Amino acid sequence: MKRRLLLWGGAGIALLLLSATAALSIGTVRVPFMHVWGIVAHHVPGVGSGLEPYWTEAEEQIIWKVRLPRVALGLLIGAALGVSGAAFQGVLRNPLADPYTLGVSSGASVGAAFLILFGYQYLFGPWTVPAVAFATGTLSLVTVLALARTHGKMPLETVILSGVVMQAFLGSFVSFMVSLSDQAINEIIFWIMGSLALRGWSYTAVLLPYLAIGGAILLSYGRAMNLLALGERQAAHLGVRVERTKLIVLAASTLVTAAAVSVSGVIAFVGLIIPHLLRLAMGPDYRLLLPMSLLGGAVYVVLADTLARTLLAPTEIPLGVVTALLGAPFFAWLLHRSKRAGKLS
Amino acid sequence: MAAQSESAAGRARKGAETGHASAGHGSEIVLEAKDIGKAFGERQVLERIAFQVKRGEWLGILGPNGSGKSTLLHILSGVEMPTAGQALLAGKPLAAYSRKELARFVAVLSQDALPPLGFTVREIIEMGRYPYQNWFGDETGEAGGLVERIIERLKLGPLSDRTVNKLSGGERQRVALGKVMAQEPRLLLLDEPTTFLDIGYQLEMMELIRTWQQEGGLTVVSVLHDLNLAAQFCDRLMLVSRGRIAGKGAPHDVIEARLLSEVYGTEPHVLPHPGSGVPQILLGKGKRS
Repeated sequence: MKRRLLLWGGAGIALLLLSATAALSIGTVRVPFMHVWGIVAHHVPGVGSGLEPYWTEAEEQIIWKVRLPRVALGLLIGAALGVSGAAFQGVLRNPLADPYTLGVSSGASVGAAFLILFGYQYLFGPWTVPAVAFATGTLSLVTVLALARTHGKMPLETVILSGVVMQAFLGSFVSFMVSLSDQAINEIIFWIMGSLALRGWSYTAVLLPYLAIGGAILLSYGRAMNLLALGERQAAHLGVRVERTKLIVLAASTLVTAAAVSVSGVIAFVGLIIPHLLRLAMGPDYRLLLPMSLLGGAVYVVLADTLARTLLAPTEIPLGVVTALLGAPFFAWLLHRSKRAGKLS
Repeated sequence: MAAQSESAAGRARKGAETGHASAGHGSEIVLEAKDIGKAFGERQVLERIAFQVKRGEWLGILGPNGSGKSTLLHILSGVEMPTAGQALLAGKPLAAYSRKELARFVAVLSQDALPPLGFTVREIIEMGRYPYQNWFGDETGEAGGLVERIIERLKLGPLSDRTVNKLSGGERQRVALGKVMAQEPRLLLLDEPTTFLDIGYQLEMMELIRTWQQEGGLTVVSVLHDLNLAAQFCDRLMLVSRGRIAGKGAPHDVIEARLLSEVYGTEPHVLPHPGSGVPQILLGKGKRS
């Protein structure tokens, strides 16, 4: 087990570094890989401060001030959505489960849409929209869990249905607000479709603690999720505290997702596709799936974002659109291949 | 845990030398039900269920559908709380055990114990060690080659790296038994584990459990629909009807035509087994309406 983790983990991290470098390198100005590494190393205290700059001042500005914050944010968003998606699937044991199943995306969108509609986006400075979106997203989680609680337990079907209900209800609010105003339409919709543009280091700083703490919690529940696959009663017989596990995992992943959504909008398909993709490659063991979904999500979002800002340059395609357009056909192809190989049980 | 099974095995061996059949029976009461009752709202499902099971004994719980025997098993395994009375494990109330302590004491094997998953046979059996593992997945005690020994014992060697979804139902039940063995429990609860198995697999499963019981001083409580199987393998039987105990004792006392017809509403023929002399039933007239 440990060996498999090291192998896959190593490959994942290598892929991550490669994708990040590619993302930093590609753009209206092509910066060679060596220059990218040099610039990043130069800024790391102690390591590269003695390095003689062999790159231009312009390249340094572009990489450090413009692209790196964006790439860093993309990695964190992808990691957050990837690991939450895997955690949701592990606990809800439903192949359609994704981080938005409990209504957090509609919840956050309601907050954001409300602010944008009435022009309050900058009421408390640039943090207004993310803060409110996080608050409304978390509120919808609390409501869903309260709705789903019966006799101190949370039966899975009830949880999923409550989430669907909340998603639909809040979604209709958002549509209502969109229909109310002509000018605000595009801004609301663009916020919802997700983007990493024009977000500086501060956004990364906000998301990092949520991902670090939430991610660590989720990674520690890998074995419990494997046992849950046997069935809730069997897992209980083996010593798993089933209701507590469900509550902690759902709450932690939703908070991580709410943080991600509040910062970048609703980026679909990452939390759903990445765990499934990885499951087809490495099997159902969550001790592997959770950390690999974290890495896989990061790689996927960074690559998708690179496409989003370069394909139709200088126009930016909303990130959520790219992840869906890329993800769905690729997944369909993979499904087709694994059906042929008889890997689908 | 390992030390305990070793001394129990030693005692069993001594018993075998003296030729005593129930060598593993100590006087220690592993499970005691004290006036257990369970009501779901207005409906009283179990009432005043009281019995004791000694170490090394195999108690069979019988009864028609809806008699409450599954509910009783759920109470004994800790997934349901009784509304009256309590269950005691080795003298201590069940509710006083933590989840992991309970998992080290009691293991449950149900009728459809393993869904067709993508885990390998070895990985499933390893899951049985969960109650002994700490946060990092490392054993707190000494498991040694336990998983390997179980794989060998259950003749799962050629299948050990195959995924469970590629096995037949009977093979999967065997793997489920392996997982339960890895749990090294003191008490094994069986919830109709032979329902979906053919007669070959049924006997094999019960024989494996009996061997495990005799070697390790294991106590077994089973709920079985099959009266013949129960009579052959259980030391004592308990008949439950409409939430109450209708009969308790040796197979000869419980597998008795009049008692069975009272409880099941059908009158079977009771004959001694040609090999062992244990009472067996043959189906007789249909159910009286």
